[in-house]
Amino acid sequence: MSIIDLRSPSVEVRENRLGSITGFEGSASELVGCSQRGSLGERNRSFSQCLGCSTSNAACTVILIQDAAVISHGPVGCSGCLHEYAFTYRVNGVHRGLEHPTQRRIFSTNLEERDTVFGGNQKLADGIREVHQRTAAKAIFIITTCASGIIGDDVEGVAAEAEAELGVPVVAIFCEGFRSRIWTSGFDAGYHGIARKLIKPATRKQPDLVNVINFWGTDIFSGLLGRIGLRPNYITPYATVAGIAQSSEAVVTIQICPTLGSYLGAALEQVHGVPEIKAPPPYGIRATDRWWRELGALTGRQAEVETLLQEEKAEHLPRIAELRSQLAGKSAYVTAGAAHGHALVAILRELGMRVTGAAVFHHDPVYDNAGAADSLEAVVQDHGDIPKYNVCNKQEFELVNLLVRQRPDVLLARHGGMTLWGAKLGIPSLLIGDEHFGMGYQGLVNYGERLLETLENDEFVKNLARHAINPYTDWWLKQDPYLFLEGKAHVGNH
Amino acid sequence: MSGIIEQERYTCAIGAMQTVTAIKRAIPILHSGPGCGTMVSGFFERAKGYAGGSTAPCTNSGENEVVFGGEEKLRKVILGASQVLDSDLQVVLTGCTAGIVGDDVGRVVKAFQDQGRPIVHVETPGFKCNNYVSHSSVVQAIIDQYVDHFARGRTSNPRLVNVFASLPYQDPFWKGNLAELKRILEAVGLQVNILFGPDSGGVEEWKTIPEAAFNILVSPWYGLEIVEHLEAKYGQRFYQFPHIPIGGNETARFLRGLAGFAGLDQARVEAFIAREEQGFYEEIDNLATFLLEFRYGLPGYVHVIHDASYVVGMAKFLLHEVGIIPREQFIVDNTPEAFQAGIRAELATTSSKRTIPLTFDPDAGKAQEVIRGLQHPGRGLLIGSGWDKHLAQERGLDFLSASAPSPYRLVLTTGYLGFRGGLRLIEDIYGQVLATYR
Repeated sequence: MSIIDLRSPSVEVRENRLGSITGFEGSASELVGCSQRGSLGERNRSFSQCLGCSTSNAACTVILIQDAAVISHGPVGCSGCLHEYAFTYRVNGVHRGLEHPTQRRIFSTNLEERDTVFGGNQKLADGIREVHQRTAAKAIFIITTCASGIIGDDVEGVAAEAEAELGVPVVAIFCEGFRSRIWTSGFDAGYHGIARKLIKPATRKQPDLVNVINFWGTDIFSGLLGRIGLRPNYITPYATVAGIAQSSEAVVTIQICPTLGSYLGAALEQVHGVPEIKAPPPYGIRATDRWWRELGALTGRQAEVETLLQEEKAEHLPRIAELRSQLAGKSAYVTAGAAHGHALVAILRELGMRVTGAAVFHHDPVYDNAGAADSLEAVVQDHGDIPKYNVCNKQEFELVNLLVRQRPDVLLARHGGMTLWGAKLGIPSLLIGDEHFGMGYQGLVNYGERLLETLENDEFVKNLARHAINPYTDWWLKQDPYLFLEGKAHVGNH
Repeated sequence: MSGIIEQERYTCAIGAMQTVTAIKRAIPILHSGPGCGTMVSGFFERAKGYAGGSTAPCTNSGENEVVFGGEEKLRKVILGASQVLDSDLQVVLTGCTAGIVGDDVGRVVKAFQDQGRPIVHVETPGFKCNNYVSHSSVVQAIIDQYVDHFARGRTSNPRLVNVFASLPYQDPFWKGNLAELKRILEAVGLQVNILFGPDSGGVEEWKTIPEAAFNILVSPWYGLEIVEHLEAKYGQRFYQFPHIPIGGNETARFLRGLAGFAGLDQARVEAFIAREEQGFYEEIDNLATFLLEFRYGLPGYVHVIHDASYVVGMAKFLLHEVGIIPREQFIVDNTPEAFQAGIRAELATTSSKRTIPLTFDPDAGKAQEVIRGLQHPGRGLLIGSGWDKHLAQERGLDFLSASAPSPYRLVLTTGYLGFRGGLRLIEDIYGQVLATYR
């Protein structure tokens, strides 16, 4: 756990704050054991491929705020992929009740060579004022980059001065890519800035308001929470600056994935007294029941929750049983970000499938709030051990090597680029972007049906496999998949 | 004027990893912070190629490399890349971290070069320049550090030309454009090193660059460094055409200029132009009734937000061969000032009776502000990037996505260059227009 300190302009990266790692080879229970004993050590790779970057993950916590503007303080390339969030905001608004999404306002200070010599403070200061004038945004976020970090610009000082002058929050978010190999550190950085500058102390409590920390998944919570007399306050995509400010007034915080929301959940609890649900998110039946009951207890709605669970069971269990019999014995491999990977394993096991292994991008031995349950431990307890559970930060070469060996019936991925390799090997592959898709009882039905569909419709991947281009050497595909994981005592057999 | 850029339409220097990705069986190796490769593939989308995107090796430099230097890590990653990935050429590109810290990447790479490995390095820290500029640095690095080994004892091939035109991926139509260029150049008797994409011969083709009789540059400014360099290095003259030739008029002008420059067989060139024009104008002829008589509304004017090559090429084509009037035009490629007057002059040749307002500014958000404030009679067309879809809808303009980034449009091998490209552009514009009728 960590102590939230909002006086500091920046938050420590996950490696230092939580002891998170990106390299591990073994079983899930071994990893859980190491975490509990505090003996979890990082292992470096002597060969590696492109990772994600904190700056883009920080960006995703702020760009989709309805009335905000974002300045990337760096060379123009550091905001290169951010147009994807503009697309997301525009096309997904309809699923979040936003009929007329406005254009996203995304700027770059366009740092150039002379700025690396003379510094970029003035450019940033001028830029903030120009953005204020051009956008009239209710909050201006500055996301930092490797270049601005290494040259040592005083981003906090420039932001503070502009904020005093302009009268709107000007929020410095420290998310330089080189600081962390765990790109989800960017979420923490974004949320730290939001917690520091946007969330106001509560002047009243709204006893039916529930903070929902999520991405841009379809609005299922209005309906679900509505059934027990609660309503969601989605943070931060599609929220307004004012909506985020009042998140301190909520009665409880839930999150779709502790990898995403660990820090913000902890900040709301430790600073504003809004308790966070400690049970892992509701993926799989056991996790779903636990999660709803904790929500019921925290909001005084135990009876309503029991009724809801009865209704859900009555509606969905027969279909889940059917799906189980159709999927029984099928094997699956999972690759995803940490906690959502655990969720996918739970879903697959609940549907009667064999999870032959997983390549999960990083591992957090603890979360920020004391008492937040380890979602991997919960999966192991609920559904048994996962034999080949590897921590692998999107290292495609390891994944390809593993898939060639394992040849599962289906590959389940979350995060772009990973399904390609299942498909190239002729393995039906599924990526679900909407993080709400697999939640609760309905989620099991959703996933079960999509998995059946994916297994059935394999003509495309079979044909692709016959013609696929493979840049990997025969030599590599015959090696131990963890050959490049340093600190390895011996090369084992796989 | 703070120098900020809203809605960038290009990326930074390390974006030229796509130049490597476009060469068959060549792989980029990034010596950069984590995320640079992901940013680049995010900007271009669906642009992984052979070993770009999350396949590209990268040192993912962290605090340790920033403080203590990253040369050793780079050496290991290069070694691993050679074992794990099949390739004919490796190109090491440096990011901001290595650039500011000052790693001696040349020294690390030289050790591999000395072993006879096909590997080169190029400095592409993001703050140095944009990818329009660094494309030239990458091409020159490959020529100087690798291709040049094969230059000794070369014989000049009088029919062989090197072509430098569309920037891979930055020009969404690069594959189609290069294919059409190769087709028309071969048709007039040349042998073509097209160098990038499916129609090239990969690294073997690159090795013959020094044998070419001359070079062709289709660009107003970017890539000029390459052909000037080759002129100095191998004594190869170059023929420059100042924008993408789209449609009948400009493609014929391109070919006639080339024929004069290179002393090609005039009769053969004219015969080819005549044959192509026949096919081209047959379509325009058929189309004219539609353009003149369609009573439900077609765009009468156009704004283009694009790079200098497309803005000039489209303005000329759309005015003369389609009848759409170019109104305010916006060049957003960060054209160096030295070239701006020349580009203005070239655009001015579009028409002797009208002036086409032109702005150079990489801040495309400002171009949008200008367009928001304009009022022209009739129905308008906006050609730009995915960023402009929102604006088009807001202003009731027809919209064609034709520049990066382009999340609302899928382009595979479509091209807008040449006779065939002109017809395709017409299809795409009116396809969009007609799709508004339901």
